[in-house]
Amino acid sequence: MSAVEEVVTEAPAVEAVPKRAMTLGLGTSLVVLGALVLAPLFVKNFIIFQMTMLLIYGLAVLALNILTGGSGQFSLGQSAFYAVGAYTSAILMEHAGMNYALTLPIAGLICFAFGFAFGQPALRLSGIYLALATFALAVAMPQLLKLHFVEHWTGGVQGLVVTKPDAPFGLPMGQDMWLYYFTLVITIGIYIASVNLLRSRSGRAFMAIRDNEIAASAMGVDVALYKTLAFGVSAGITGVAGGLGAIAVQFVAPDSYTITLAISLFLGMVVGGVGWLPGSIVGAAFIIFVPNIAESISKGLSGAVFGVLLFIVIFLVPHGARQIAIVAQQVLSKFKK
Amino acid sequence: MTQAQLAQGNAPLLAVRDVSVVFGGIIALNGVSFDMHKGNILGLIGPNGAGKTTLFNCLSRLYQPSSGDILMEGVSILTRPPHRIAEIGIGRTFQNVALFPNLSVLDNVRVGTHSRSNSDIISDSLRLGWVRRGEAELNKHVHEIVTYLGLDDVAHTIVSGLPFGTQKRVELARALAADPKILLLDEPAGGLNHEEVHVLGDLIKRIRDERHMTILLVEHHMGLVMSIADHVVALNFGRKLAEGTPAQVQADPDVIKAYLGSKDQ
Repeated sequence: MSAVEEVVTEAPAVEAVPKRAMTLGLGTSLVVLGALVLAPLFVKNFIIFQMTMLLIYGLAVLALNILTGGSGQFSLGQSAFYAVGAYTSAILMEHAGMNYALTLPIAGLICFAFGFAFGQPALRLSGIYLALATFALAVAMPQLLKLHFVEHWTGGVQGLVVTKPDAPFGLPMGQDMWLYYFTLVITIGIYIASVNLLRSRSGRAFMAIRDNEIAASAMGVDVALYKTLAFGVSAGITGVAGGLGAIAVQFVAPDSYTITLAISLFLGMVVGGVGWLPGSIVGAAFIIFVPNIAESISKGLSGAVFGVLLFIVIFLVPHGARQIAIVAQQVLSKFKK
Repeated sequence: MTQAQLAQGNAPLLAVRDVSVVFGGIIALNGVSFDMHKGNILGLIGPNGAGKTTLFNCLSRLYQPSSGDILMEGVSILTRPPHRIAEIGIGRTFQNVALFPNLSVLDNVRVGTHSRSNSDIISDSLRLGWVRRGEAELNKHVHEIVTYLGLDDVAHTIVSGLPFGTQKRVELARALAADPKILLLDEPAGGLNHEEVHVLGDLIKRIRDERHMTILLVEHHMGLVMSIADHVVALNFGRKLAEGTPAQVQADPDVIKAYLGSKDQ
């Protein structure tokens, strides 16, 4: 139980997670999976669309979690990677007529390269300074997308309209439901790969750097390489999420990818529990649904209500959904006795 | 090859050659030379500010000497970046314990094997066959070391919650995990009580004998150094003051003066 006390009593800047606690148990995973597979069969199309967005934002939060929770680097620039992924998919689909599914790995690769390249200068920065540098990236991105000489491709301020794909092989399901299951398969694949990564030699190198750079280096960890790799992986996953987002929303425009998105993702990570990968989906649910709840409480003061709700969450469960999961686990184990 | 062949026989495993370190106008190390021979425990002693830690940090490539050279098996290590020191067989511990506080004991030791294993993020993400086999092998090795140092009971515990003495042993386990040829220990007795220092001395000797390591011991604790070292180098004000067996160094008038002050004072 020392791990639990650790979680509740100490609050380091980057709350760290022992490897085992990074995932859910097999039983819980199957229950969550079952719910995600069955739920769309019983709800309306708009809800299915929202669930698709939940998975997409979940992926983006997961990507940030690998960067911050895993390697200990902050980023307020995830919206830039998300935008690059979205635009890559949209341009390839609309200008090159490429199949939507094929655009996603390309979006991921381009964003990986972008993140890896951005990681190089970012090596000189850490903590709040790194957060500021990534913030600058997020602020610059919407304007870069509007630049005159890329306007032919990006559609400038107007953005691009993306065609929503039909279910293949004559499957008897609507576009929304097909896209949901398509997204679900990709999300599960990326989730499993991320868990594998963090449990591997590379993941241990990330966490070693997060905890103590000099010691990591003395153990033979190439700190510069793994820091930039973490940026690359995070950006790559965010890019895939961006591509999926473009397909789901059927539209890309520069002003969809402002700093607000980056801050939302950061918020999602904190609410879900920094470094706890399953929390990503909870964090995503928070940033998608809580603004709606706030609006239903008061239309005029939705922002203030959202702020209060956020404050309550942070105050009651500072370690996010993970803290709730740990408490639930404790209660369950008491029942078993 | 010739250099490697030279390194066998009587040639030193590690040779420090005329190393000087200058910080701004301050000379932290001034032309220090000594050899480390295979299977020896070399004690590096000296009062505070003598340059022990500076030399130590040169060996682990945190500092770049202003002049001089450090040779490992006849090859200079000074062109290597710090993260490529572990792979040539130099392992270290830190003065005030530099563990990965949020990882378990096992994971800390696993990170210690980083330099002797290979992987890439794609294979790791997909958990390919060779990655799985490598991890299984690594786990066996890591568990063996954890048992060797009597850390089985706390193997899955997060290290930040462990007592200081145990943390020091975890750090030793992490360094051993890479199977280094040379183990650099920076004040391993610091913060330990009398009993623990005694146990530590036995442990260091055991590691040398059973795991065939050569050990550089930077230490304040005279009793420990004098009881286990085969060879002692004494530093003061960045210069080598004396060198020899523990008894010789202990009897050296310069060393006595450096530690106790001269009679005239």
